[in-house]
Parts: sequence; C-alpha cells; structure tokens
Amino acid sequence: MKKISKLRRSAFASPLLLVLALFAIGTTFSVASATTKSELSVEQRSAQIAEGKNIFLKGCSSCHGLNLEGSAIAPSLVGVGAASVDFQVGTGRMPVADLSQQIARKEPVYNEEQTAALAAYVASTSIGPEIPNESMLNYERDGNTAEGGTLFRTNCAMCHNFAGQGGALTQGKYAPTLMGVEPKYIYEAMITGPQAMPVFADKTITPAEKLSIIKWIKAAENEPQLGGAALGRVGPVTEGLLVWTLGLGLLIGVAVWLATKAR
Amino acid sequence: MSNEIEAIKDPGLPAHVHRKADTDPVAEKRAERQVAILFLISALGTLLFIFAYYFIPEDVFVFFPVLGNTNAHQLVLGLGLAIALFFIGAAAIHWAKTLMPDEEVIAMRHTMRSDDEDRDALVVTVKERAGAAGLGRRSLIKRSMGLSLGLIGLSPLVLLRDLGPLPGDDLTKTSWNAGTRLVTDPGDRPIRPEDLEVGAVAQVLPEHIGEERRHLSDIAKDAVLLIRIRPEEFQLSPERLSWTYDGIIAFSKICSHMGCAVALYEQTTKHLLCPCHQSTFDVPRAAKVIFGPAARPLPQLAITVDSEGYLIAQKPFSEPVGPSFWERSS
Amino acid sequence: MTARERVTGTVANYVDERTGAAKWMKKNLTKVFPDHWSFLLGEIVLYSFIILLLSGTFLTFWFDPSQREVLYDGSYEPLQGLHMSAAYASTLHISFEIRGGLLMRQIHHWAALIFMAGMVVHLMRVYFTGAFRKPREFNWIIGVGLLTLGIVEGFLGYSLPDDLLSGTGIRIAEAIIQALPVVGSYLAFFAFDGAFPGEAFIPRIFTVHVLLLPGIFLALITVHLMLVWYQKHTQWPGPGRTEKNVVGYPLMPAYMAKAGGFFFIVFGVTAFLGAVASINPVWLYGPYNPGQISAGSQPDWYMGWLDGLVRMAPPLESYIFGYTIPWNILIPGLIVPGILFTGMALYPFIESWITGDKREHHLLDRPRNVPNRTALGVMSLTFMLVALINGGNDIIATTFSLGINQVMWFSRIGIIVLPPIAFVITKRICLSLQRADRELVLHGRETGRLLMLPHGEFVEVHEPISPELAWKLTAHEQAPALELEDVDARGVRRAGGLKNKLRKRISQANAESIAKPTANDLKEIEHH
Repeated sequence: MKKISKLRRSAFASPLLLVLALFAIGTTFSVASATTKSELSVEQRSAQIAEGKNIFLKGCSSCHGLNLEGSAIAPSLVGVGAASVDFQVGTGRMPVADLSQQIARKEPVYNEEQTAALAAYVASTSIGPEIPNESMLNYERDGNTAEGGTLFRTNCAMCHNFAGQGGALTQGKYAPTLMGVEPKYIYEAMITGPQAMPVFADKTITPAEKLSIIKWIKAAENEPQLGGAALGRVGPVTEGLLVWTLGLGLLIGVAVWLATKAR
Repeated sequence: MSNEIEAIKDPGLPAHVHRKADTDPVAEKRAERQVAILFLISALGTLLFIFAYYFIPEDVFVFFPVLGNTNAHQLVLGLGLAIALFFIGAAAIHWAKTLMPDEEVIAMRHTMRSDDEDRDALVVTVKERAGAAGLGRRSLIKRSMGLSLGLIGLSPLVLLRDLGPLPGDDLTKTSWNAGTRLVTDPGDRPIRPEDLEVGAVAQVLPEHIGEERRHLSDIAKDAVLLIRIRPEEFQLSPERLSWTYDGIIAFSKICSHMGCAVALYEQTTKHLLCPCHQSTFDVPRAAKVIFGPAARPLPQLAITVDSEGYLIAQKPFSEPVGPSFWERSS
Repeated sequence: MTARERVTGTVANYVDERTGAAKWMKKNLTKVFPDHWSFLLGEIVLYSFIILLLSGTFLTFWFDPSQREVLYDGSYEPLQGLHMSAAYASTLHISFEIRGGLLMRQIHHWAALIFMAGMVVHLMRVYFTGAFRKPREFNWIIGVGLLTLGIVEGFLGYSLPDDLLSGTGIRIAEAIIQALPVVGSYLAFFAFDGAFPGEAFIPRIFTVHVLLLPGIFLALITVHLMLVWYQKHTQWPGPGRTEKNVVGYPLMPAYMAKAGGFFFIVFGVTAFLGAVASINPVWLYGPYNPGQISAGSQPDWYMGWLDGLVRMAPPLESYIFGYTIPWNILIPGLIVPGILFTGMALYPFIESWITGDKREHHLLDRPRNVPNRTALGVMSLTFMLVALINGGNDIIATTFSLGINQVMWFSRIGIIVLPPIAFVITKRICLSLQRADRELVLHGRETGRLLMLPHGEFVEVHEPISPELAWKLTAHEQAPALELEDVDARGVRRAGGLKNKLRKRISQANAESIAKPTANDLKEIEHH
C-alpha cells in the first residue's frame, strides 16, 4: 500500500503529466489537402461572387459594415484581398467567437466553397493580395531549406520562436504556433499581415524566399526528435523544469532508498 | 518538588535490529541472488550499449509515446549506458543495505581547538623564528621587499594589455553614412518605398561593397528595422519627421537595453517588443520606451530616397547604437 | 594464508615500506559516517562534477573552439551551405556524425543542470540544519564560492557552441561588462578583442571553461571534502547522539559501497536523461547572428533568476557630466546579486553575532526549532523563485494564456511583497510545529480509539511516545535572547549603542520559541 501511494505521490507523476501535456499541445494537425480548383466560367464566377456577397451580408457585415467599410470593432476590408479572406475564414479565425481574447484559430464555420465565395466577393470590391495558386506553392521544388532557415530566423523567429512554436507579444497577445499550418495559410499570412503580424511584402521577401521559409517550417515540423523528447522546443525553461522534477526526483528517491534500513 | 528543571533524558542508542538476511540463511541467499541479478542487468546494459553503437543504423527512427519519432541509435545507446551504470549502483547499494554490516558504530569527536600547550608552543616558535628573520626590525628590507613584490604583481596586468584594442570611437560608429543604400537582410536587394505597403516591415542592412562577407561585428551595430505606417500616424518632432520618408521609418535593430535584436513589430499597436527583457517601444513616437527596462528609445536612422528611387540613409546615426556605456553622453 | 591474502600482503607491504600508508589507512578505513538521505545531496554534486569532467573531455576531442567562418557541409540538411563558425559546425559534427556524440553532449549538459540543482538543494540542507555553524564556516564560504563559479562555468559551457540562443546570452553578458562605469568599454573590448562579437571570445572562454575553472573547482572541492573529512560530518540529533560523538557506519565496507554505488546511480540517471530528453538542440537554434533573435530566449535555469531581475528592473539611467550610468543593468545584474551572495557567504558570522554563540556545533538543528533562520531561508528562496519565474515570463504567458505585462507586474510587486509574507508564514508554521512536538511529548500519539469513561465522557486514547522519540523532540537547545544592557555595571552608556540595540532586537526575535517540555512537565501530567 505504502509503495502505491508513494508512487502516486512520487516526483515522476508531475513531469510525466507535463511531458504528456506538452506532447498533446505539439501534436501536428492533419494537413488538409487542397483540391485542385478547376477554372470557373464567367457565369460561375459571378454566381460565386453573388453567393459570397450573400454570406457576407448575413455573417460578416454586422461587424465589417455593409460596404466593407469596417466599424468600431472590426477593420475595413477594402483592399485586403482574397488572400486575407481565405486565411481568416479558412483557418476559422473569422467569424470571431470571442472578442475579449486574441482572435484564435478554430474549427472553420464556413466550408471550402463558402470560403471561396467570400474571398471572391471581397476581391471583387477592391484590389488586394490574391490567393496563391498551387503552382505558386510548390515549396519542395522551388524552396531552399537552408536559406529558408536563415530567412525564418531573421524575420519570423522573434515572434514565432526558433522552431515555430509560437511566442508572446504584448498585453496578452501571442504569435501562434506554426506547426501543422497549411503552406497556403503560411503564405497568405506573410502577404496579408493578419492581426498583429506585419506584412512581408514580395519585394522584401520574394515569393521564392517565402517558399524557402515554408520549406524550412515543414522540415522543422517533420523533423524527428533527434535527441529524445523535445520538451516543447521552447528552450531552457522546460529543460530546467525536467531537472528539478524528474532528475532530482529520481536522485533523491534513490537517496532515500539508500539510507533506509533494509528489512 | 525540586526547583531545578530536569530535561528529558537521552535513552542512548537503541538496541540493534537485525535484518532478515542477518539471521535467516534463506533470506541471505535471496539477497545475494538479488544483488547478482542487478549486476547482471548492468552487464546486459553494457552489451546493449555496444550492440547499439556498432549495429543500429543511425538513420532509423522509431515512434514512442512521449518521446515522439526518436532516433533509435541514440536512444538505445543512451538507455544501454544508463542501465549499465544505474544497475551497478543499485547492486552495490542493495548489497550494502542487506548483507554488509549495518551495526551503528560510535566514534568520539575531538574539539578542533588545539591544546593550550600546543598553542603556546606555536606562539613561542613563531615569535622566535620571525624574530630571527628580523622582518619586524629590518625596515629597509621590509620596504624594498614590498616594492619588489608589489611591482612583480603588476607584470601579468601589463602582459594582458594586448587582449584587445582600446574602444576608441568604435562604439559610436556604424557603417551607415550619407547615401548608404538600405538592402534586405538576407538577400542584399535595395529597397524602394513602393516595395513596402502600410503595415509592412523589412529587416535591413547597409549596402556592402567588396568581396568579403559582412562581419558579424558590423551586423551587430548596423542592423536596422524598416517599418511603414500611415504618415499621419506619426507623433514626431519636425526634425524626426524629416528623418522619415512617406510613412517609412527606420530604427536601429539593436536594443538600447542590452543589445538583442528588436524586430518584433505589432502591426495593430505599432509597438516594437524586444523578446529578451520585454522592453516595448512605440514606433509613432520614435521608438519611445513604454514598458520594460530599456531606458532609451531605439536610435532612429534618417532616411530618404536617392536619384534612382532607392531608400538611402541621409547621414550616420546621430547617437551610438546598442547598450549604454560610460562614455555615452546622452 | 590463501593465495589472495599472500598477494595482497605483498602489495600492501611494498606500498607501506615506501609511504607509511598503513597507519592512516587503518584510521580512515574505520572512519565513521552518519547515514541520512539528506547527506547524499552533496554527493550528487560531486559525482555530477566527475561526470562533467569525463563527458567534457570526450567532447573536447572533436570540438573546435574557433569563430573562424566555415561553410557547413555536414549531414544536417536544413543548415547545408550556410556560413557559420567552426565552433558551431564542430558541435553539429559531434551531434550528427560522431556516434554517441549527441548522447555525450546531452549527458554533459544534463549533468551541468543537475550539478547546479544539486548544489542548491545541498546548500538548502546545510542552511536549514545549521551545518554552517562553527567549525564549518570556511566550508560554507567555499560552498558559496563553488556555487558562484558553477553559474559562470555553466554559462560559458553552453555558450561554446555559438548558437543563436547562447550567442544572445553572450550579447547580454557583454552589455553588463560594457555598462560598468569608467572601465566598462575597455573591459568589454579587452574581453572580446574588439567590438562584439569579434572572433576571440569563444576560444578564450574555452580555455576558461576547460582548464581554469575546472582546475579551481578541483582545488576547492578537494579542500571542501578534506574539511568534511577532518571535521567529521554533522549528524541529526537522536538517541545516543551527542555533540561529542559521531554515530554511523564505518567507511569500509558499507559506506564505500553505498557512496560508490550512488556515483553509478547519478551517472545512470544522467545518462538516462541524455538518452530520452533532448537538451540544447543547437541545430534548431541556428548559428549566432546579432541581427537575429528568438521569442522565448532564456539562459539556463541557474541564471534564470538573474534574467528575471533584469527584466523587472525599472528603466533607470543617470547622466552625469556627459557620462552614462545604466542603473537598469547594474542594479539587477551586479549590485543585487552581489549583495545576495555576499550576505549568503557571511551568514554564519551574522547568525553567530545575533545569537552570541561561539561554540562548536556538530548536531544539526531541526528547522522548526530555529524559526527565524528557517523563515529567513524561505524568504530568500521566495525572492529567488519570483525572480526565476519572471525570467520565464514569456513562456509562462503563452503556456497559461496570460499577458507578459501582467506577469511582469506580478513579479515586480511580488518580489517586494511575497518574501516578507513568506517569512511570517514560515515562522508561524515553525512555532506551530514546535507546539505539536510539545503536545506529542506531553500527551502522546493520538490512536484514534475512543473510550467512554464511566461518567459518560468520551476521550481519545493517547499512546505515549517512545523515549527515543521523546529525546529526539527535546534534544535541542533553546537559548534565551542575548542580554545586552545599554548601560554597564557603573551606569556608563555602552559604546556601539545602535548596533547593540539592533542585535538585541534581532536576538529577541530569534529566541522566540515554544518551550520544550521537560521531565518535570511529564511528571506533572502523569496523573492525568
């Protein structure tokens, strides 16, 4: 009995739970495969825009205004482009569930068809960044991993951390993890600058460079654990925590056993 | 009733309690077997270690819960070593606990302090012999000895002078001069104002002429962050406003606190955050510090465009970049 | 005589005829060591040191401590073709091309973290049990010195690979040097052979990390252990244990086996961590570039409190006659740590000044019986813990969905407010525990059995405790406060009035305790 309760209260319990929790947080999402979009005819296109306008008026205009002019609680959507819509709606950020927190990724409310329609509608009202098509996203072919790493560390790591795990911004905001994010959304985020993220224009980070960054992110994401459990890939904080829980816990546990008289 | 307070007495060492293995030969044999098994497990661990080193390919990855997709060579090598070491220890400890004598022994302590006799003898000895050396009364020797020992103590300091150059004005100078083009980092491409939209940032270095690659020591002072906001959002003095170009403003990327790269720009708040110690700078007010330990705003680089439309520096930084130092006058 | 006895005899004779070793071997093999698990904490540190020497030597066979720029052509694809220092490239080489290289790197780094953690728990044990009192003050000071050097050694060690995270740490260290008034920029330029980062720093700290500091460690650890050996280890109070004896087990065989075995345990646990847990994955950090930075940059845990202090510091800088004094760096980076560590080193002398106690002590204190010391210790730990937490405020913010600004304010206020609260709470808890001990001695252990008395009252049956336990709970001394009169026998005011008043006040607070039960008290209640 004593052994069981000792185990239950042992020092291993918390580090084990911590490691499990970290592992769960860092699990990769399944990558939604983008279906190749067939080109639409003119009629299909205007039907799509009409559908998009419909959805917009019903689900978005209460915050973003009937003419996309924005309001006190939502920015104007003039000039944001199809890419912004695809990113925000496709990752489920829009429509917003809770304005008191940072707008977070969640289960999308609209399906692919509706998202495309919304994007087409917004794009029809003003010129803005376009959704990158398949040929523009072939990072395997057009990207360079090592160059991508350098670009990432110079332009992205200060918010998203050296391994894309995410990081803290001011006043409770945060840069989310990049693990398990579809390449298309990474690209769109760079060109549209969602929420607090700045815009990385094509002249300062070229499309090829953007693909290199994506290639590096995917390489980091798929990289196996070369040295063992990754401990969240956030650096010395979790390493120190492990030493004080599992490390010292094991050692002091053995020390207690050592000094106890045998039966 | 006695007036003395009587303390609770020391009952003395308790009687020795024998372990099972002390009295029962069966238990003794069992303990022996247990120790032997522990040693054998260690031996197996070493064999596993050797096997892993030579025979597990280094590019095989195996999935384990908690560990993830882990390198088999590294994992088995390490576990083999861990088992080999741990179980030697476990065996030795178990052996000591169950079989080695565990009767408590009492030894006496002696006061650290030496006897008065020894102390007095020491004092006499030292006084006699120091007196014989005569340092106390031979002041000429004392002073000249002091001089020679003191001087020779300086010689290592002299030798260390060439550890590095004097700072001179190095801390106040960067590679930025009037007309230096801003180029992307990495990529080394010059930038036009049209390349940046409102809300965009760019990591920037001064254009580098020559074959040699940039030195990190130069990057450590030259790194600059370019940010574009709406021109009407600036809250700057007329002089500082003249250092911007059509809503584009340039700051030294080297934190004025302790030198980390300040590149984290929040488009919505127009704040720059240094991830090292959370100093926060307000871009529209020339990187004024609004939170955190930094005491000075980030130095602003005056920019304009050249005849070909590329962004250039108007002049060098008007103050030293990076962390503070004694000679820094502001 | 068996063959084995004959051979051993020959060897022993050979050695003894040349060294006279038999006498001191006989004395020392029978030396008595008290046995308690809390006495093994220092061993964790000692064995970790040996592991560091062994694993570190292995690493030096492949590590290239040069900042000369090379082009990477090793097997790690995401860095191929990049320019980096030879130090970083050789670290990658050790990690990916040398079999067992990554394992040894990880064992080395885990051992360093355990080394420092072991030092802290060992220090806490020594502090809370009063083992630093006479005659062990020198050993305490050596210990504080080892702790300080350990922090430096660890910092230099993880800075050797020249990766983005540790390079950032070096940048911050350089800023601290540069911030020193008058000499700062000179010292920085001498340390780095010019402007930061230069190409000389890594090779220089390599020499310090591999030669100078280990040498100093070896010397200090030897003196530290020799003092323990010569002065004999302290022991917990208990039946048969007095200030004049040491009760335990002889060195040979039990203690040797246990201590030697524990070395293998520490090594085994460290190797286990090196096998299953990734530490310092430098290939993910990338080579150091002063224009780059990662979110969530922290030093290793034993410097986290320094980082936390720097983060929460107010943005103070003075400008005097055209010169700058950056208080926002000097105060948290040098002045406060300096005061803390100096205070820590001098503590044995401070405490003996308060108590006026100049005797030797070989029996340990149970922490509850010295409430002021215990409370002071907990107060210091609270201070360090708040600082440490603030060092990771950005990781805490993202993990628990808080704002860094809010965590920072918690730390800024908490570090002033929480330590005194911790002091009061701890002292009260100690006094309560003393009360509980007194109850236990006088009234015995509660058995949970209820008894109904003839007149209807229910009482709980108490079982008297053993004389051994009663002794253990009452063996401690309860010295009264110092009697420091303001005027002497002739009515003349005593010199050093303020100091004496302070001493008297602290001494009175220090002497606050629950009176331990005496044999008289036991006799009195016997007829209950």
